Amino acid sequence: MTIPVQLLLKKKEHFERDEHHVPEDFHEELFRLEAEGEWIVQRVPEPYIEVSTKYGRPKKIPVAGMWHHKSCGQCGHIPGYSTSIYWVMRKLGIDYNDPRDQTSCTAWNYYASATSNAAAQAAVALRNFAAAYETGYFPLIHCGTSYGHYKEVREELIRHPALRDQVRTVLAKLGKQMVMPEEIVHYSEWFYAMRDRIAEKQVLDFSGIAVTVHPACHYYKLVEGDAIYDPDVYGGQRTAIVTALVESLGAEVRTYSTWFDCCGFGFRHILVQRDFTRSFATMRKIEVMKEEANPDVVLTHDTGCVTTLDKSQFAAQAHDKNVGVPVMSEAQFAALAMGAHPYKVCQLHWHSTDYRPLLEKMGIDWQQAWAEFERDADKLRRGDQRFLTWEDVDA
Amino acid sequence: MCGERGWGLEAVMNASSALMKAPAVAGYVDIPFVEKLRLFDEVKADARYPDYLYGCYECGICVAACPSARFYDFSPRRIAQAAAREDVELMYQQMEEDIWECSQCFSCVRCPRGNNPGGVITIMREVAVNNGLGSARKALEGYTRIIYKIMSTGTQVSPDMLQPDAFPDWGPEVKDVSENLDVWRRMLPPETMHTTSTGWDVDPRTLIELYLIWFETGALDMIKKVDEGLHMILEEVMEERLEEEGIER
Repeated sequence: MTIPVQLLLKKKEHFERDEHHVPEDFHEELFRLEAEGEWIVQRVPEPYIEVSTKYGRPKKIPVAGMWHHKSCGQCGHIPGYSTSIYWVMRKLGIDYNDPRDQTSCTAWNYYASATSNAAAQAAVALRNFAAAYETGYFPLIHCGTSYGHYKEVREELIRHPALRDQVRTVLAKLGKQMVMPEEIVHYSEWFYAMRDRIAEKQVLDFSGIAVTVHPACHYYKLVEGDAIYDPDVYGGQRTAIVTALVESLGAEVRTYSTWFDCCGFGFRHILVQRDFTRSFATMRKIEVMKEEANPDVVLTHDTGCVTTLDKSQFAAQAHDKNVGVPVMSEAQFAALAMGAHPYKVCQLHWHSTDYRPLLEKMGIDWQQAWAEFERDADKLRRGDQRFLTWEDVDA
Repeated sequence: MCGERGWGLEAVMNASSALMKAPAVAGYVDIPFVEKLRLFDEVKADARYPDYLYGCYECGICVAACPSARFYDFSPRRIAQAAAREDVELMYQQMEEDIWECSQCFSCVRCPRGNNPGGVITIMREVAVNNGLGSARKALEGYTRIIYKIMSTGTQVSPDMLQPDAFPDWGPEVKDVSENLDVWRRMLPPETMHTTSTGWDVDPRTLIELYLIWFETGALDMIKKVDEGLHMILEEVMEERLEEEGIER
């Protein structure tokens, strides 16, 4: 018997939801626990946009009033990632809060070293949620791992009363309340929900730009039911995140066979065992993308993925690997489309793989932009100015 | 086929055991069975364990999706099978040899049975740390400065970690960043990001709350099991800060 390949492929064209395979909606438990006085559920502020998740449950994405839960790796090593998120919001006139009363989710360390435990991880999460609640702003999670881990924490707290009691005792010593957001929202979900408004502000034509997308594991594999899926993107077969925004910006999305593969970050590996990370990132991701799709840029939506896919390519050149594709977040890509400065806003000089040919293809004069950046740097070096402001970067 | 080659059950069992390297050869200490059983019981006692393991179809989907399985002698299926079969010896062997290869990407949760081998590994790692197993000490040898950073400052990686000698394989841009770090950080428009030794500016009060979490949940005590020196430094830093604030634990 021959394998009915065409029939199988046809079935994969469109994802049909099986009503018998739909996980329970966590909101029922979330609100039941609130009614029993176990915690406060912070509601998604209005106005919000409803989007569709993997099993069809609608998810509310707030438009404004967000408390930016920053990412260690973005702020520390890819600062143009965070800056671009803020810049795009400012251009759309969105009010937000950039808190100092925020710690890392500490999940990078937890997945790397296990030198923590469920109670500590949950207490860190809920301390941050309580801090957001106190400001009246709603948490927007920048990091894919923070987002994935916080969903895990929510599941664990819902299932295990003893864990809730333990965390409540710890938080009481800090003078904090138990708060859980109605939705755990990743920044890329905001970009997805706002993609048409972002496209309205676009000033550069990206129709000649070919893109491959790497969806982040901790976004859509870890507690999968929260991730955004759209029947109009990949027939609902893959998460629509990043891809839908790229399409709205008029760039060409090209697919490749290893899209489901992890980037190779590995948490501990990226810091102290990079032979694995480099091998996986180049051989299973970048080389496959180059061979099958030959993109101008790789876009992703998580700290670890941008770091891994970008930084792994330099040393791989010594082994004649087929590498050399710039990597950035879709937030930086969207900011560039809206006319952001490639260095003062998108901070591309922190990236490793050569992005200059991409900028030229986008119609951006990177040499002039770098000269402008250097002029501003000299002002700071001379002491004429202590910091650059938001006004300065748009001057 | 076994009959043709004269393989009886005993021979098969011996062959199976031979596939497991002797601990001394593999580079870790063998311990009595009762100790291995205690470690496994500790894994099973974690409240998350029943949520992570439902059995195993042995279909191999987790292995196909696993990045670590492509480059290491590592298999999430073997983890799930050993746990489901309650194979005490193999669980111990994997705690000493395998668990630190896992990428913790959770691609393995694609499992049609609903298993979370990556989650089981998280728990096994915690038990390895809590019991000071050799694998945990070895895996974390070059990593302790990161533990210090996250536990004492509240952010995991900092701009000043970008030094050419630490990341020579990340290209010449690392040197540019390190040489211009102070100015380039002050050029970032968000005021919270002008820092060089932390990802962003964390409020001192926030940090104290984080320290209390590490103390109260036993997370700080876990460090003692894998690195006594680091534990001593962290404890001193945190206690001094709490004392300054007049906070008694």
